[in-house]
Amino acid sequence: MEWNDREILRYMGYHGQEPPKELRTLMETCKRELECAATPRAIWREYPLLIQNQEIDMGCLRTQSRSLERNLRDCERILLFAATLGSQVDVLLHRYTILQVSKAVVMQAASVAMLEEFCDRKNEALRETYRKDGWYLRPRFSPGYGDFPLDCQRGIATALELNKRIGITLTDSLLMAPSKSVTAVIGISRIARSCSIQGCESCAKTDCEYRR
Amino acid sequence: MGILQEIDRRIVFFDGGMGSLLQTEGLGPGELPGTWNILHPEVLVKIHRAYLEAGADIVITNTFGVDSLKYNADTGFLLEPVIRAAVRNVKEAIRLSGKEAYVGLDMGPTGKLLKPLGDLAFDDCYALYREIVEIGVSEGVDLIVIETMSDSYETKAAVLAAKEASDLPVFVTVTFDERGKLLTGGSPASIVAMLEGLGVDALGMNCGLGPVQMKGILKDILAVSSLPVIVNPNAGLPRSENGVTVYDIDADEFAATVAEIVDMGARVVGGCCGTTPDHIRKVVDLCRDKTPKPITKKHRTVVSSFAQAVEIGRSPILIGERINPTGKSKFKQALRDHNLEYILREGVTQQDHGAHVLDVNVGLPEIDEPSMMVEVVRELQSIIDLPLQIDTSDPVAMEQALRVYNGKALINSVNGKEESMRTVFPLVKKYGGVVVALALDEGGIPDTAEGRIEVAKKIYRTAAEYGIAPEDILIDCLCLTVSSDSQGALTTLETLRRVRDELHGKTILGVSNISFGLPQREIINAAFFTMAMQSGLSAAIINPNSEAMMRAYYSYRALMALDPQCGEYISIYGGQQAASLGQSAVRTGGLDGSGAAGTPAPAGSSGAVGASCVSGATVFDGRDVGALGASVIKGLKDQAAAIVAELLKSRDALEIINEQMIPALDVVGKGFEKGTMFLPQLLMSAEAAKAAFEVIKDDMAASGQTQEKKGVIILATVKGDIHDIGKNIVKVLLENYSYDVMDLGKDVPPETIVETTIENHVELVGLSALMTTTVPSMEETIRQLRTSAPWAKVMVGGAVLTQDYADTMGADQYCKDAMASVNYAENVFGWKS
Repeated sequence: MEWNDREILRYMGYHGQEPPKELRTLMETCKRELECAATPRAIWREYPLLIQNQEIDMGCLRTQSRSLERNLRDCERILLFAATLGSQVDVLLHRYTILQVSKAVVMQAASVAMLEEFCDRKNEALRETYRKDGWYLRPRFSPGYGDFPLDCQRGIATALELNKRIGITLTDSLLMAPSKSVTAVIGISRIARSCSIQGCESCAKTDCEYRR
Repeated sequence: MGILQEIDRRIVFFDGGMGSLLQTEGLGPGELPGTWNILHPEVLVKIHRAYLEAGADIVITNTFGVDSLKYNADTGFLLEPVIRAAVRNVKEAIRLSGKEAYVGLDMGPTGKLLKPLGDLAFDDCYALYREIVEIGVSEGVDLIVIETMSDSYETKAAVLAAKEASDLPVFVTVTFDERGKLLTGGSPASIVAMLEGLGVDALGMNCGLGPVQMKGILKDILAVSSLPVIVNPNAGLPRSENGVTVYDIDADEFAATVAEIVDMGARVVGGCCGTTPDHIRKVVDLCRDKTPKPITKKHRTVVSSFAQAVEIGRSPILIGERINPTGKSKFKQALRDHNLEYILREGVTQQDHGAHVLDVNVGLPEIDEPSMMVEVVRELQSIIDLPLQIDTSDPVAMEQALRVYNGKALINSVNGKEESMRTVFPLVKKYGGVVVALALDEGGIPDTAEGRIEVAKKIYRTAAEYGIAPEDILIDCLCLTVSSDSQGALTTLETLRRVRDELHGKTILGVSNISFGLPQREIINAAFFTMAMQSGLSAAIINPNSEAMMRAYYSYRALMALDPQCGEYISIYGGQQAASLGQSAVRTGGLDGSGAAGTPAPAGSSGAVGASCVSGATVFDGRDVGALGASVIKGLKDQAAAIVAELLKSRDALEIINEQMIPALDVVGKGFEKGTMFLPQLLMSAEAAKAAFEVIKDDMAASGQTQEKKGVIILATVKGDIHDIGKNIVKVLLENYSYDVMDLGKDVPPETIVETTIENHVELVGLSALMTTTVPSMEETIRQLRTSAPWAKVMVGGAVLTQDYADTMGADQYCKDAMASVNYAENVFGWKS
């Protein structure tokens, strides 16, 4: 597992400052425990895409979202993508949230970094596969980014059979459980376009201390 | 002939996939498949009939995922008519085919994760399944098929519902990944232990993998299962070609592999996703005339948690005894205070020291034992993956705990008295479990080994009448203190030997009883422990935090050829110097950052630890905070506790607090606010301070003083939100600033918050919400508080919250971070202007 310590530190509020030795030690412990507990899994399926009169029709679900529409400009199809680190990571987070909250904070940051890294790796592999056939993938865009409605989670969960295939469930309030899970739409286009707005940068909360 | 008799004499066939066939018939994406039972019965009858004609013996109803969460007034399709139609469609297909076949009521996962990691309560999950079973039974199904389960806890809820609401055979199949694990982490051994304990009639796996990948996992299941095994694979491994799902093998290869699966020992086979009547026909053709491999009883003694099975076999296992209030005033106080954190910490510490199972005893006259037992079991199994031993003399507590337990438990205990056996054995039979059986009866504890063996025989006999196998019993040979009876140990050891050699049974002992009343108890305990293991002890209830006991254990394993190349022994003791062996070896990560494998945690009481131990300055922000303050600022928990214990010998508690603790907390708090220190450091310091305060508190209590609290604050994560890390961060900090925090937990309904506020006339309530979707319930909580508890101030915080949100909701204060909530509390309670 490749770890990006800078990302872990950023999720804890650091912006380049050197953390104390004790925190470095704690980070290492958390990484080892996560490597034992995590069972990263991903799933994706391809769907047609039709955007008309501000409605985005992805075959299995329809929605309206200007930011998603921008993200999917010039795309002909989409991938629905989901990934999770599994429920045993939540067991760890739950354990330390009760017993040692400092470790829970570090575990939280490290698990997010792990999940992002896992998604990036999966997406990169998909990008390679599609590029061979002359297709270009857009960065992943998740429900809740910009004005992409969170209730699209339900449609994605049904289409990808998330519970059955990789164990992601939704609570009544649309939180994902296990908590270290991602769902996203990835646009497929004939036109190459370098990095459009994604992730952090698409968020309206510009004063966020964790912003990249 | 019933389905179970059929399975007894021949290979029996399930039907195959349904979803993909319905899609071919026009089921749209997002459409609920169960609705087709009513909208297109002719399609369902056609598919069922095709499977019957292919040779399926068991046809399951099209009710996968049909439960009242999805089928209700909101979706326009009610549960009952959908299930009734589904059963009728299968029956109609059987009638039309003219075949003899069995109708299986299909139940799949609810799509919800159970509490506390998800938001569905175990009892509600049970109720969802029970409703389905009741409808199915009244419509005349022949058996209940629980399939595609990936969570042992949800599976248990479904099986209990099936068994309690019907007398029908219950078949269960779960889904493994390519690593042979359930999505929630269980193994073949752990799930088989639980399902056999619950008394299902056949078990196995379906979905997730093709037949080729299932062969390895099947081997693991067959090695441990004493029941008929079911295998219903997918058509192969899927891949997408131009948006269409295709499989890596064809129907012929599928059938050939399933035939191999039958040769390995599977008794019931069929198909899952992607399989068609053609697949099933080919399987039936190849397997119909095979002579089934006999199903053998495995006679294993095994307990399980959601994640792992622990076999009680040739090597003794260790049961941690520390979760028990007997003789522990702090533990008793924790129970009275409802301080679960203390209890959970005992559990994790024992796991870190090498326990295989944790005993759980929360009996105290003045508490409600059943509800406390249930709560502790629930919490323990949500943070620890070890099996638990339910230790209670209260049958109500025992039953409730066994019900919510996620696995096959150890049960402590039954004895040879008629009444005890009559009460406990039915519970063991119903919920499964390995039961500790004390070798005593109405006549008391027999003085001789012969007497104890007679009681053991009676217990085995009676257990058999309840259908409990001998391997599910551990005879407690009883251990009386050697200080009052010099023959005591010899009698116990002889009983151990005779249970092993004459009754071929398994044994258990509460080892430390032997030394009661003697000085330096560990010396006797460890020697006796070795002797007991040598005499055949299978399970030892001990204190795993005692290094003397653990040394005896690892030495025994090395000497008895149970530890290949002494690998375990060397890994634990190899890195330690002789001098440090006085400290206990921590085997896993532990509850602090530095406790890596084999590295002993710093001793808490060593005289060598003092000011000299803290390297570097004790002056921060121009103020000397002393060695204690420095260790708090650096977040060194053990060191802070050790230094404060040393300081208390010569100085007053309040002086220490005012001169070192408070200035140190100030330094950290200001550093955090200025952005020179960050959240993890703030919390590490808070935890170091907390450890020091604990020592101070004990010292003050010993001299009859109590620490003054500044005020009472309620904290809660609002309804719908299951993340409580933010709330717990605030809690740790507020406690360090001497506030009494009432932590109501997560997913807390507004009513509970309001009631608690009124009941205790609390002045400040802190609410946390992570997601925009849960902000409305925060707003509702504030609204109710304003109406019913207008005196209470409300502070809010959480990832998505902003000042604007807080203003809109009418909160008194938006706290952008944890320190902000401390500052606001200081304002409200008048400690800061």
